[in-house]
Amino acid sequence: MTALPAKTGGMTRTRPKGASFDPLFLLVCGTAATLLLSALAGIVGSLLIGGWPALSHFKLDFFTSSDWDPVQDIYGGAGPIVGTLITAVLSLALALPIAFGVAVFLVEFCPPVLRRPIGIAVELLAGVPSIVYGMWGLFIFAPLFRDLVEMPLISSAPAGSLQEKIFSGIPNGSGILAASIILSVMILPYIAATLRELFLTVPAKVRESAYGVGCTTMEVIWSVTLPYVRRSAIGAVMLGLGRALGETMAVTFIIGNSHAFPKGLFDGGSTIASTIANEFAEASSDMHTSALIALGFVLFVITFAVLAIARALLGAPKHG
Amino acid sequence: MVLMTSFAFADAVLINGAGATFPYPIYSKWFDEYGKANPGTQFNYQSIGSGGGIKQILAKTVAFGATDKPMSDEDLVKNGLFQFPAVMGGILPVVNLPGVQPGTMKLDADVLSDIFLGKITKWSDPRIAALNPGLKIPNWPVTVVHRSDGSGTTYVWTSYLALKSAEWKSKVGANTDVKWPVGQGGKGNDGVAAVVKQTPGSIGYVEYVFAHANKLTHTQLKDHDGQFIQPDFETFQNAAARATFKAPGYSSSLLDQPGKAWPVTSPTYILVYKKQTNADGAAVLAFFDWAFKNGDAAARQLDYIPLPPSAEAAVRAGWAANISLNGKPVYISK
Repeated sequence: MTALPAKTGGMTRTRPKGASFDPLFLLVCGTAATLLLSALAGIVGSLLIGGWPALSHFKLDFFTSSDWDPVQDIYGGAGPIVGTLITAVLSLALALPIAFGVAVFLVEFCPPVLRRPIGIAVELLAGVPSIVYGMWGLFIFAPLFRDLVEMPLISSAPAGSLQEKIFSGIPNGSGILAASIILSVMILPYIAATLRELFLTVPAKVRESAYGVGCTTMEVIWSVTLPYVRRSAIGAVMLGLGRALGETMAVTFIIGNSHAFPKGLFDGGSTIASTIANEFAEASSDMHTSALIALGFVLFVITFAVLAIARALLGAPKHG
Repeated sequence: MVLMTSFAFADAVLINGAGATFPYPIYSKWFDEYGKANPGTQFNYQSIGSGGGIKQILAKTVAFGATDKPMSDEDLVKNGLFQFPAVMGGILPVVNLPGVQPGTMKLDADVLSDIFLGKITKWSDPRIAALNPGLKIPNWPVTVVHRSDGSGTTYVWTSYLALKSAEWKSKVGANTDVKWPVGQGGKGNDGVAAVVKQTPGSIGYVEYVFAHANKLTHTQLKDHDGQFIQPDFETFQNAAARATFKAPGYSSSLLDQPGKAWPVTSPTYILVYKKQTNADGAAVLAFFDWAFKNGDAAARQLDYIPLPPSAEAAVRAGWAANISLNGKPVYISK
């Protein structure tokens, strides 16, 4: 610092060596960022262009009709769109309480010796490839689910009851609910890990003061920790939702793959991702391909909206 | 000697092909055996589905495309492509009904199409009982299991139903993927086999090899002559023998043929350009020539049906007449 002259006389300012590389560095980083953004824009653009024939031909019907008929070349995407939303929301509803429990246990109750093994186990769940969940779901989980859950629920339902309506479908272990359960296992580690990190950001002195005035652990969690991380926690949940929306192979194996609206929780359905995975390779006409790309565009918009909300909430001030 | 072999490997021609998944096991077996006999040529086949195979050959990224659904004569002419059958396979209905042994249940096309249309919903239906006097069938609800992915198997199956049932033809039609009136989808032959296995009261359709491998309960079908027959090598071959492969498309429906022929049998096809621009075409034809001559045992072993000799002769004549490189025929029949 002493090298810098206090007065700006006729002296030249000495600049640190390598300062001339800064513009180059800026250029490299800027290019990287622009490349990524233009790739994103390119994907959106090509999805829109590819899907345009279907979107412009079927107009609103594409979103409201569940008539998906490759022979007549009529494509209504309501079945897969609704299926995507239902499975994503159901899986979130199933995963959230468990993820919350895991995170609270790790932060508040867990003996330090166990903290690492449990943390690693949760992260390992995130590393299992999607196709493995699918195979496991179809060959191991589905028969168990059929015998232990579906059959008892279907056979115990009184005729005409609400239970009969909700749990209608084919009792073979695959369907909307089975797919949602598999999905919930897949998104659980993401939510649990993010929640745990969030809980750890609560300053120790805040929590300890709460304990100091006589709060129980449950009261600390509900009245101190949760309000402290509320907004960010919603963001964490949205990240899980984003993953559930786009999950493909595991869902394809176990959702039952029918294009109509599901009539009950055990009925077969489809999601946008599973429909594309099933049909793209053998799409029989240009309109068929276009309809699948249009579905991809819809999924992109949904996922983008969810992630944008998540980012907005995660980025917001912590004391929400 | 060693030097020469390694030299040959270094110089090996790589031939790319892509398409149907159904014949993939037999093609790879043939590639393997052919490669041992002819180390100068190596094949790379991507089983991306019939639709993908057609797209790849049209984009000229592969030397040959493979498809289960034959290309129409107009499309062949428009694109300058030559099509020929390579091998055949049988598709059969499979059921999961406790107490019903493989091969004991009898079905005909009318009952099958009404089951797949969702009009027959119980296994106790009098029409099923009428076909199966004496067979004890549990009174389960019927669950139809179909392919969820677009597939040549679905094309052949729905073509059969459309051929035999006017209602199926008008309401659903025939394609690699259709709007199924009822049922659940399984991904691939494996997926259908798994869902059928796990669903009491279900009925699906799979390639013979998958029914065999998964020990599924297949049914008999009523053939063209009104007889109930078993799906086996003999009835597949009887169907194959009825094939008449003729120019320009060399496609032949083997569905519902007379003479104790399994009614749902189908060839799978290869597409090559008529005007070749390099030596790849000759290599492809040399390979299939070899496969017709030496590949029958391998085909049978994997539950495929080789082409009958008359069909092989017709295909060879077609090659000689149609496929050329710089105006000279690529294949000269011996």
